[in-house]
Amino acid sequence: MTGLVQLRSRGPEVRFRWLDALWIQVTGTLCNIACLHCFISCGPKADQVPMMSVEEVERALRDGRGAGMRQVYFTGGEPFLHPQLQSLTRAALQSAPLTIVTNGILIDDEAVRWIAEESRASIYSLDLRVSLDGMTAAQNDPVRGRGTFAQIVEALQRLGRAGLSPVVTVVEHDKGLAGAESRAQFLQFVGGLGIRQPRVKFLPLLRIGREERRTHGYQERNAELAAQLTPEVAGSLLCASGRVVTAQGVYTCPILIEHADARLGTRLEQTLHPIHLGWDACQTCVFDGLRCNT
Amino acid sequence: MRAAFIGGVYSNWLALEETLRDARRRGAEAVYCLGDLGAFGPHPDRSIEILRAASVPTVQGNYDDAVGNDRPDCGCGYTDPRDNHYARISYAYTQEKTSSLHKPWLASLPTRSALDLDGTRALLVHGSPREQNEFLWETATPDHLLEQLCGDADVLLCTHTGLHWQRRLPSGKRVVNVGALGRPANDGRTCVWYALLDTAAEEPFRFIPIDYDHLRLAREMREEKLPEEFALTILTGWWTTCLEILPAKERLRGRF
Repeated sequence: MTGLVQLRSRGPEVRFRWLDALWIQVTGTLCNIACLHCFISCGPKADQVPMMSVEEVERALRDGRGAGMRQVYFTGGEPFLHPQLQSLTRAALQSAPLTIVTNGILIDDEAVRWIAEESRASIYSLDLRVSLDGMTAAQNDPVRGRGTFAQIVEALQRLGRAGLSPVVTVVEHDKGLAGAESRAQFLQFVGGLGIRQPRVKFLPLLRIGREERRTHGYQERNAELAAQLTPEVAGSLLCASGRVVTAQGVYTCPILIEHADARLGTRLEQTLHPIHLGWDACQTCVFDGLRCNT
Repeated sequence: MRAAFIGGVYSNWLALEETLRDARRRGAEAVYCLGDLGAFGPHPDRSIEILRAASVPTVQGNYDDAVGNDRPDCGCGYTDPRDNHYARISYAYTQEKTSSLHKPWLASLPTRSALDLDGTRALLVHGSPREQNEFLWETATPDHLLEQLCGDADVLLCTHTGLHWQRRLPSGKRVVNVGALGRPANDGRTCVWYALLDTAAEEPFRFIPIDYDHLRLAREMREEKLPEEFALTILTGWWTTCLEILPAKERLRGRF
């Protein structure tokens, strides 16, 4: 597939404002774990979206600079599976602030060392977003996999000892994770791991990918969606100010990279135009206020 | 030529009075304000009256727009529920306590101002030239974007983040975030900051710390039943609220 695909015409239009966030799917769908609630069905054998080469990532960064990007996100899959992640991190930080979205499991002492080094060397912020879906193994492991709680906690403690302050992202997959009280408890929990300035971001569930099989998908609510989409809401959506570059082209947002009709073109500059909210997952951004930015 | 640039007053009328005195002492021929007169502090009318009495040219901040036009929220641009919790308290207080006599003035302020400063073209905005509440953080705003935002201007002056910084861009243009008078710079010091231009100096912009009666401000905040967290920031110099919006490096410089 080389040219533009037919854009969805159904669903309300979202104007493209400017490029705030350039997401780069550095490892495609390749991941070291296979979470049951993963919205793009990533896993150790998931190669439906391939890993990006260094040249592809550097081209995305060049295109992003040309488009006035404000910040870069490395995502996947699991970015720490990319064998050149450190040099890619350095390349991104020469241009803009960077957030690496990770499950944390592969962050060993050596990774912490280079993360701290690249962070110190850049004038721009380097953020890590580490996913953890519970304050106990019993809460986290059923969705992220057996033994992952202990591994993620160990990585967070390692980052804390190095004086780093990752953002812990929590998917609200369990009733016990919703509400202000559990948010406060989670903050306290992360602080207890030795992170001096605990930061926690809660994310609503996206009912696509593997999550759709775990629980259920979406109901048709297109009319409500159009009514809810005030100019303020539309302007705050990721698709109004972000795009994701993958090895297979540029998509509206990182949630939709498995949807062929969310592919907007081969190069970034072809894709900075209005889109129509026509995908089920758009409900989560509009109704539940999901914002992927840190 | 010397000129002072202030921003983020956040109702800190005591620091504002002291800053105007300091700028005069340092030979500033003019003072310019980049907006957000209310928020956070007590008695919002006092700062407005001081600025209006001194005829300080003022660019509208998101708070001025919100209060002046009775908007439902302050439009600060926070995304985290904890940040928004304190923003709501602050906005409800400021909106209620701002005299209706001042609201049309706040609503009528320009959103940008272009100046010629001894041959240097300066653009004054609150957040950024493209959005009133855009945060231009030192460690989260890349050079290529700043070059684009400067447009035809040689110097872009902004505030909104509450933290002062400046950067000379590869093109030679300059961006100056003038900081805030309303609360300290999250550095453990109780002073607040403004930017002073001296067109004859090799480095034309420098940041000036202002000591003021912060004990009195904290006392007034408590008397007005504003959150204790706000008073603690004034008393300690460390931010205690609206922290989640900070980029990683700025967050690590603070205590909380």
